[in-house]
Amino acid sequence: MFRRLLIANRGEIAVRIIRACRELGVESVAVYSDADARALHVALADRVVRIGAAAPLHSYLSTDAILGAARESGAEAVHPGYGFLAESHTFAAACTDAGLTFVGPPAHVIARLGSKIAARQAATRAGIPVVPGETPADQRDVTIADAARRIGFPVLIKPSEGGGGIGMKTVRDAASLPAAIAQARREAAAAFGDGTLYVERLIERPRHVEVQVLLDRHGHAVHLFERECSLQRRHQKIVEEAPSTALTPRLRARMGDAAVTLARSAGYLNAGTVEFLLEGAGDTARFYFLEMNTRLQVEHPVTELTTGVDIVRAQIAIAAGEPLPWSQDDLTQRGHAIEARVYAEDPSRNDLPQAGSLLLYREPTMPGVRVDSGVVEGSDISVHYDPLIAKLIAWADTREGARARAIAALRSYPVLGVRTNIAFLIALLEHPAFVSGDIDTGLVESQRAALLTSATGDPPPEAIAVATHASGSAGPLDSASSTSADPWTTLQGWRG
Amino acid sequence: MTGLVKQLRDRTTVCRQGGGPRYLERHRQQGKLPVRERIDLLLDPGSPFLELSPLAAWGLYDNEAPGAGIVTGIGRVSGREALIVANDATVKGGTYYPITIKKHLRAQQIALDNRLPCIYLVDSGGAFLPLQADVFPDRDHFGRIFFNQARMSAEGIPQLAVVMGSCTAGGAYVPAMSDQTIIVKGTGTIFLGGPPLVKAATGEEVSAEELGGADVHTRFSGVADYLAEDDAHAIGLTRTIASTLNVRKAVPVDVVPPEDPAYDPTEIYGIVNPDVRKQYDVHEVIARLVDGSRFDEFKERYSATVVTGFARLHGFLIGIVANNGVLFSESALKTTHFIELCNQRGVPLVFLQNITGFIVGRQYERSGIAKDGAKMVHAVANSVVPKFTVIIGGSFGAGNYAMCGRAYEPRLLWMWPNAKISVMGGEQAATVLTTVKREQLAREGKTLSESDEEAIRQPILEKYEAEGSPYYSTARIWDDGILDPAQTREALALGVSAAFNAPIPPPKYGVFRM
Repeated sequence: MFRRLLIANRGEIAVRIIRACRELGVESVAVYSDADARALHVALADRVVRIGAAAPLHSYLSTDAILGAARESGAEAVHPGYGFLAESHTFAAACTDAGLTFVGPPAHVIARLGSKIAARQAATRAGIPVVPGETPADQRDVTIADAARRIGFPVLIKPSEGGGGIGMKTVRDAASLPAAIAQARREAAAAFGDGTLYVERLIERPRHVEVQVLLDRHGHAVHLFERECSLQRRHQKIVEEAPSTALTPRLRARMGDAAVTLARSAGYLNAGTVEFLLEGAGDTARFYFLEMNTRLQVEHPVTELTTGVDIVRAQIAIAAGEPLPWSQDDLTQRGHAIEARVYAEDPSRNDLPQAGSLLLYREPTMPGVRVDSGVVEGSDISVHYDPLIAKLIAWADTREGARARAIAALRSYPVLGVRTNIAFLIALLEHPAFVSGDIDTGLVESQRAALLTSATGDPPPEAIAVATHASGSAGPLDSASSTSADPWTTLQGWRG
Repeated sequence: MTGLVKQLRDRTTVCRQGGGPRYLERHRQQGKLPVRERIDLLLDPGSPFLELSPLAAWGLYDNEAPGAGIVTGIGRVSGREALIVANDATVKGGTYYPITIKKHLRAQQIALDNRLPCIYLVDSGGAFLPLQADVFPDRDHFGRIFFNQARMSAEGIPQLAVVMGSCTAGGAYVPAMSDQTIIVKGTGTIFLGGPPLVKAATGEEVSAEELGGADVHTRFSGVADYLAEDDAHAIGLTRTIASTLNVRKAVPVDVVPPEDPAYDPTEIYGIVNPDVRKQYDVHEVIARLVDGSRFDEFKERYSATVVTGFARLHGFLIGIVANNGVLFSESALKTTHFIELCNQRGVPLVFLQNITGFIVGRQYERSGIAKDGAKMVHAVANSVVPKFTVIIGGSFGAGNYAMCGRAYEPRLLWMWPNAKISVMGGEQAATVLTTVKREQLAREGKTLSESDEEAIRQPILEKYEAEGSPYYSTARIWDDGILDPAQTREALALGVSAAFNAPIPPPKYGVFRM
């Protein structure tokens, strides 16, 4: 096992990895930007290294800065978390070149699976169905339009590189093609530095179901069953659950096998996620390979709670060369878990990210509820990073039980100082479509108006009063603020 | 009250004009800035200025010395509170009248009490010679200024002088006694004897600049340390020096964000009657002084003629002692208890004085009113926390002592324009004196006619009326100024905050007579 591991990330996932390190007796090294000097992950880590300015390009996205921190701290391994450099094959290669163990698959595998075209080819070769689509070699607008017509409307036009919904356009008829192509190309070039576009059939009312896989260096490969991730807003997940209500045991086994087959054939190592689009439900449903995420997923806790496997711990153990301690037959799903992502954002204003200080922040504690967060009361939500505050995960033996727990926990989750989507999440979990399990990836957007109506955004007046009182007079101000409140400072120009 | 406040403003405006336009013009022609412009430049931009005794010498010296020819006050310089003493050369060349000396010494006392760095903007011809007997020989005369400089320097309280005009004879010691001195080229001079005296003594003819100018003192004598091109440059150098003093203010741990009173302070004008014999509820005044108008009253149900309790002033915790009638034994005991609380906890005390005195009469003397009053006087005198006194009404007799009058060294003491201060009320004094006279005549078998009695009474009433006036008091620096009641909260807050520059020692008392 490693003596010291550097976490090339921030926020809740950095905290999550630090906790796993602590369990394993591995010293954790946190890196931080100027904006995060007082962040929770910095407070918790065994060692900390400042890596640069607040802007991610100068800190969490800077390979040089992170490798420098690894060298300075004497780390042996680097865990990239998710986001930032987690899916950068050049970063993985740089780690390896620097003599560090990268906690993830080999760089060339990341490179291959990171390209939608190559990943699709790999899936096809492995005999796994893919959504009809292509990346025209000739990227002129006319040939892309031809490809769209060949595949048949509705189609999705999206960047070949990247993800996260950026640059993704739905086109329902030929007339709208030119504008969509131009816009997608522009966004792709801006976000990923590569304007190559990919065209595919749009599956109507699809579900987004993904399978977690783990592969060690000794040839063992298992899957940890599926996660249902259909609830998305603007192509980003906000509520995930396991198991999916759409899967039967047979379908589950088929999808699991497909995921493991694909990972094996791609030479995959460590934790990964194979994403599928699911059309229909039950034994007759059809699944299509979508893409493979070559990293830890945000929503990994729902799998952890239903399988009992600590995925982060397993990642580190695999990277350290240990064999997987279980075979596929040892693994079962038990009960039901639902994750809700708590964001500092305003659902009533197009999910506008919010920045500010968490004046009051109390995480709920109750049986069957886990909160993964990177903040404490008083933390600042910065404008520089993803506005995810925390993930609340509820587990119970039934889906209905987990849903009730998640709602109860979200109701006992006071956050003041920044607007959050908590009320919106509660409305979503209470929506009849979610209650019945009849969900698809378009649900949030199609029901947004109704969800906003039932979600009352502001905390009740008494909560505001309590928070104001608490922040105003609960304790001594620090010296800086007492200086600024000093009458010699505030009574500007007073002459009696 | 509105009329009294207007009168205060008018009189303050008069005093702030110093020696008037003619002398001001001459001052400017010498390339010198007026004293208040110098202070404004010296202070941090936007800093408040808590001016002390702006109406000093009001009605004295034929009104020839407005403000006593000197401006003193507390302001922020390079981020720390400093005590500024600045001569106004437009007033009799900045010479020291007796009250000028008193004002200068009082400012130094405030600097010492609060550990505030002293900045002397010197522009003075020295002692006002016609009144030499009242400015030179005694303990609290001219020499005390330099004694104080030496003592404060020894205490680690920085002494900075900026020579922006003449510093002649004794005045030469202000820069010479300072820790650091700046001198302005062309206008600043320092010498023990000026050119006329040198000529008389030795026959030597020498210009002021050659004798003790900026170049001489910064290059040859070492009496000054920095040479400034002009007033503005000198102020700039001073601000730089002030930024290197390495002093730190010990703000108390318990400070909360400031809050305006819930009730408008200007309503005090309608609450307080200009006639001090008319009582009002002092709670109404407190509500218009403190943060959020919140007052945590102590022993509310016990001896209601004195009001004690805690409040916040601009976020700072303060203890308030206020009169709501005559002082009884119980009032004295309650206040003593409260003062002990504040001392134990390091909470500054604010006394709101409106006191006719302690109760008199056989019953009260028998039960020891003098002894209980003495306990309160003891507690006040031995208080270690900063004390502040505002005379918001009458201040008569032993009540003045017990309520932290001037003799009890409050860090700052102010009066309101309606205040009256004397050993007893004029009516009472007249009655006492006519009674004495009547008894004297009775022993001689004579009686006092009504017109004779009136002839005794009337001058006494007039004398007490005049001498009890806040202007009579402030002219003589029995106080640190007369405050507009609506500005009292701000003045107190600045004073309380400035007081935290000095550490609060542990409480200590003498023998309480039981």
